[in-house]
Amino acid sequence: MNYKMMGKFVGQILLLEAVFMIPALLIGVYFGERKAVICFALTILLTAAVGLLLGLFGRGSRSVFRAKEGLACVGMCWIVMSLLGCLPFYLSGEIPEYIDAFFEIVSGFTTTGASILSEVESLSNSMLYWRSFSHWIGGMGVLVFLLAFMPGREEGGFTTHLLKAESPGPNVGKLVPKMKDTASILYIMYCILTVLDIIFLLAGGMDPLSAVCIAFGTAGTGGFGVLSDSIAGYSPYIQNVCTVFMLLFGVNFSCYYLLTLRKFKDVWKDEELRTYLGIVFGSIVLIVWNLRGYYDTLAETVRHAAFQVASIITTTGFATTDFDQWPNFSRALLLMLMLVGACAGSTGGGFKVGRLLLIIKSARRSIQQVVSPRKVQVVRSNGYKVSEKVLASTNAYLAAYVMIIIGSFLLISLNGFSVTTSLSAVLACFNNIGPGLEMVGPTGNYSEFSVFSKLVLIVDMLAGRLEIFPILILFSRNTWKRRG
Amino acid sequence: MKIIVAGDGKLGSSVTRQLSLEGNDLTVIDLKESVLESSEGRYDVMSIQGNCAAMDVLNQAGAKTADLLIAVTNSDEVNLLSCLTAFGMNPHIHTIARIRNPEYQEQIYRMRDIFALSMTVDPDRQTAVEMERLLKYPGFLQREPFAHGRVELVELKIEKGSRLCDVVMKDLHRTVNCNVLICTVVRNGSALSPDGNFVLKEGDRVFITAAINELSTLLKNLNIITHKVRAVLICGGSRFAVYLTKLLQRSGIEVKIIEKDHDRCEYLAEILPKAEIICGDASKDFLLEGEDISRYDAVISATGLDELNMIISMYALHCGVPQVLTKLGRGMEVNGSIISSMNLGSTIVPKDLCCNSIVQYVRAMKNQTGAALAVYSIAGGQAEAVEFRIDDTCLHCGEPLKKIKTRKNVLVACLSRGSYTEIPNGDTYFQVGDTVVIVVSGGGVISNFNEIFV
Repeated sequence: MNYKMMGKFVGQILLLEAVFMIPALLIGVYFGERKAVICFALTILLTAAVGLLLGLFGRGSRSVFRAKEGLACVGMCWIVMSLLGCLPFYLSGEIPEYIDAFFEIVSGFTTTGASILSEVESLSNSMLYWRSFSHWIGGMGVLVFLLAFMPGREEGGFTTHLLKAESPGPNVGKLVPKMKDTASILYIMYCILTVLDIIFLLAGGMDPLSAVCIAFGTAGTGGFGVLSDSIAGYSPYIQNVCTVFMLLFGVNFSCYYLLTLRKFKDVWKDEELRTYLGIVFGSIVLIVWNLRGYYDTLAETVRHAAFQVASIITTTGFATTDFDQWPNFSRALLLMLMLVGACAGSTGGGFKVGRLLLIIKSARRSIQQVVSPRKVQVVRSNGYKVSEKVLASTNAYLAAYVMIIIGSFLLISLNGFSVTTSLSAVLACFNNIGPGLEMVGPTGNYSEFSVFSKLVLIVDMLAGRLEIFPILILFSRNTWKRRG
Repeated sequence: MKIIVAGDGKLGSSVTRQLSLEGNDLTVIDLKESVLESSEGRYDVMSIQGNCAAMDVLNQAGAKTADLLIAVTNSDEVNLLSCLTAFGMNPHIHTIARIRNPEYQEQIYRMRDIFALSMTVDPDRQTAVEMERLLKYPGFLQREPFAHGRVELVELKIEKGSRLCDVVMKDLHRTVNCNVLICTVVRNGSALSPDGNFVLKEGDRVFITAAINELSTLLKNLNIITHKVRAVLICGGSRFAVYLTKLLQRSGIEVKIIEKDHDRCEYLAEILPKAEIICGDASKDFLLEGEDISRYDAVISATGLDELNMIISMYALHCGVPQVLTKLGRGMEVNGSIISSMNLGSTIVPKDLCCNSIVQYVRAMKNQTGAALAVYSIAGGQAEAVEFRIDDTCLHCGEPLKKIKTRKNVLVACLSRGSYTEIPNGDTYFQVGDTVVIVVSGGGVISNFNEIFV
């Protein structure tokens, strides 16, 4: 392992985090929250100091990153970032237990939106802002940000490993030849969409701080709101704006890039996008049918159904109604959507529609090969052959995905809660959604779980956001061996 | 600049490396996914898998908006077709193709017109030209021209009993009695930048910059007696050997070629009537002994196997052949310092020669102010000699060198003003229009002249 290089990278990330905390500090100053301001100031100083020390330690490192080091480094960055990022909550006493504060910020960075707070309104404004801003940072990824905007010429292509580790999706590619340009294109599109969202929310009469927080939650497909009842208290217009923007942030960002290049046909023909929209539309129709008579008007039913479907499939986790009270078929359907997740290359989590398509296609091929063993077939995606290597790694991903769910489910069951609660908690955390069913439903929270369960869920959230391997590799003995 | 490199082989990856380090937008096309993966992992480039002559693939690689296509696959025909197709898609694109088949060599200028090629490269031919240059000035291991050939950077090995042995750098002028500068010394495989108190030792290899008219004075004053090369032995009868033989025979040098394959020997005998062709395995010492290897003024090991070439060269030096040239196809990027610490005479890497000329073309295309005109890697890749033209963007025009702070690993090696060339000292100053050669050690890349200043 190239510890020096890792140290340098983690150090840079921490310095960046310290900078990211400054807006929260300023908001604290604006609202006159003295305690929060002091806590933020302390955390910023501490984070910057640790960052500088690590930077000193990493001076003069060799700048070549192997694939394994890239993965491990991303995992480390996220953990260290969360360990320090939760300090404001803990120091200010607004979240008294360190583990709870840690859970909250991991949930923020991984864009999960699972909270241990029963009363969100009790947090001060600056804390609310920091919580939501962590979604926005985590949505596109901090390392991608580092690649996009940090000065300095990177020699060699090691940065590709970092992008691959942090960006969701089975086959991450560059949009343009240079890493830096790719990363900045992604961030620029991300910023434009976020700003649009804020403008639309402000137009609906929302106060600026809430609008910014909700927009961050939507952009990162996170799900932290500023009120306990999430989005339920806002006007139907705002709910609809959220529905549309959640769906937009769940689309592969390369589609937007293609739109700017005026390649409308490619976007229209994109299989993943079509499947994604198909699933969304189909689920809304089914839930509306299942919910007939539940709400007063059809329009209201459609609005709630669309909002919940969009919120769950993009793994955001906002809610306008307590969907835990819905009929069982609708709940089951939402649980399925949790597993599907958003498009690859979006800010959403989950298994990803693109992977699901590949898995279905390769399963169909295997079945056909049982019938006619000599038939040679290739799996195609958007008309191009998908290499066997990608298929194999997608299958491996599925295996790891299922095993983690089963393992975590067993460990969470130790709490003695109902099967639905335990399973949906694991699914909601691992797929970065947030609310699950029953105890962890839209009106509940995660505070009842034991410390051990919270740790398991924290690992699940990180593994889900970073697509499993960067976190798994941290647990591998091979990684920390002196040689190899 | 947007550049497409078609073919990610030996030459392709060298070009990719250099051009991506210089900050161009590169897209690499190859048939094999594994080589693309390794390129994407090492350099900041995008890769497309597929046939580089297919419109669809070229379109994906962005040929419609690209500025340059470099086609260096292993097939001449694919390279030509790829360039032609790209030109059809985008009439503004510049194209460079690698053409290696000697049968096309005679029609190369017409082909450039027909296929609208901006440039063609041929590693074998360029190697032959380079080796001929070296054979003309025996005593130097490497020669690189700068400033339209008015300045050269040469490599010399300090043999036992040489007048340069144990000379302190500041007394160099008294020993050699001419105006030269030692910019880099390779000792035990690692490159050192000498200062005034540096003492030269036997076995060192030194890189010297000098005006072209000082070179013969230098050789004379160092008592390096230069035999005119009369007889050359070439091991390996590849395309390169044919080119070199033709070039050497023009100046009346006797050539003998040793080649293993009998059919190839017959072909060589057919097209090279004046050369002596021997069918046999050049790795057998009895064969080389039987051909009286020590009688030759120069031995060139240029079989297809680098390892074999190295062995043959070592044997030839052992037999006392005055000049030995080794062709290394794979190059020295893996471990330049190990290879340069070995006794192999001059080493020539064909792909580096091609890479240099392509990179120079790209730089000329950019025509960016302050961009380098020529770049050569020396000392086994541990240092780089770069030529710049001073234009009005230069930060320190007219100030004497002793007042300017330059980066630690940078040495201003030579300066040409009009027809006059000088080795810089503290009072030298830059002036618009000058041609300057700088030597950068330690692996940094300097692509703009102002980067040399602190």
